Amino acid sequence: MLSVQALACERGDKKLFDNLSFEVEAGHALHVHGPNGAGKTTLLRALCGLVAPAAGRICWDGEDIHDLREDYFRKVSYFGHLNALKDELTGLENVVLGLGLAGHAVEEAAVSEMLARLGVEICQDLPVKVLSQGQKKRVALARIMLAGTPLWILDEPFTALDVHAVDVLSRMIVEHVTNGGMAVLTTHQDVGLDLSQVRHIHLGKRG
Amino acid sequence: MGALRSILVRDLTIAMRRKADVLTVLFFFIIVVSLFPLGIGPEADTLRTIAPGVMWVAALLASMLSLGRLFYNDYMDGTLEQMLIAPQPLGLLVMGKIIAHWLLSGVPLVLITPLLGLQYDLSADALLVLVAALLLGTPILSFLGAIGAALTLGLRGGGALVSLLVLPLYIPVLVFGAGAVDATVSGLGAEAHLALLGAGLLLSLVLAPWATAAALRIAFE
Repeated sequence: MLSVQALACERGDKKLFDNLSFEVEAGHALHVHGPNGAGKTTLLRALCGLVAPAAGRICWDGEDIHDLREDYFRKVSYFGHLNALKDELTGLENVVLGLGLAGHAVEEAAVSEMLARLGVEICQDLPVKVLSQGQKKRVALARIMLAGTPLWILDEPFTALDVHAVDVLSRMIVEHVTNGGMAVLTTHQDVGLDLSQVRHIHLGKRG
Repeated sequence: MGALRSILVRDLTIAMRRKADVLTVLFFFIIVVSLFPLGIGPEADTLRTIAPGVMWVAALLASMLSLGRLFYNDYMDGTLEQMLIAPQPLGLLVMGKIIAHWLLSGVPLVLITPLLGLQYDLSADALLVLVAALLLGTPILSFLGAIGAALTLGLRGGGALVSLLVLPLYIPVLVFGAGAVDATVSGLGAEAHLALLGAGLLLSLVLAPWATAAALRIAFE
């Protein structure tokens, strides 16, 4: 369980939000809303441990993530604005080596299957530099899906995806959450996550 | 250990598909070393005297030439932030990157050195010691350079700054590396110099990856 207590984050000297508290339990999703510059990405990066919060605590099962470090990182997958793909490597190599860096061994067959499920099986043997934005995004998402971590932190996962891919991805998120996983995501698109267990947070608004 | 292997495979595969980066460093080294005999003239005695110094300074500059790329590409495409939140110790991943950097920028220089040494009329003994010294010394350059590269990551004009940060740290390597060859030529034996280089290598192997990891975390704060 991820719990956040009285969290405050700053960027430069500007305070983005303060006194933010929420919990995400197994089988729940959290949708973070807010206008551009409200601090959605900063909040998500803080939840991954990439940004140190100005105040407050982020806890996983009751322990501060800055004390847990590697034990917490084993539970989290982060999908950021940067795809974390290497231009020179093929789609398949990117996913296999990307997971290898995070210590997850994965079968090539499983990667092929996931790429096919995301509709990018043709990208498997192509270097990533020749792919379109949407295809790159899907290859990067395949890595998250295969990591087998309980907590997914997804920053704008739906941008640049076509209607079909948006549908596939939202079904995958629903499947992950209903199987006892957790997801924290931001999106400006009107994606109807078919989930009863979605909590919403609105940043950048008072009260 | 799986993570270390993954990062080595990844960096070496990328380098094989983008050979220009590796070849630039190698050709820079070859050209710098070859220019000196042309500029100074065919005096065998002079060439023998300056050979170790020239070779080492060229190796130092060549190693620095490739430092900028050590973390920059990973920083730009987001793979570095994924490494920061990987369940493996960051120091281990950094060590993988540094070893890959040495294999790509240090080892080719060491391999070409016996050939270049012929232009300087170096004896077989002196060449052997030069290669041994480079083999021990170039990984130190990669390890120390990584600290500088991490500290200047994301800064404008980081390239010039990294030279200022790292060159002073390279001085002991230069002194003992070039000194090893001089000692052999003058008949003193190079064991002491090589032993000191070996000690430097062990020290930087143990300390530099963690210092680099700490610097990378600061770069992301």
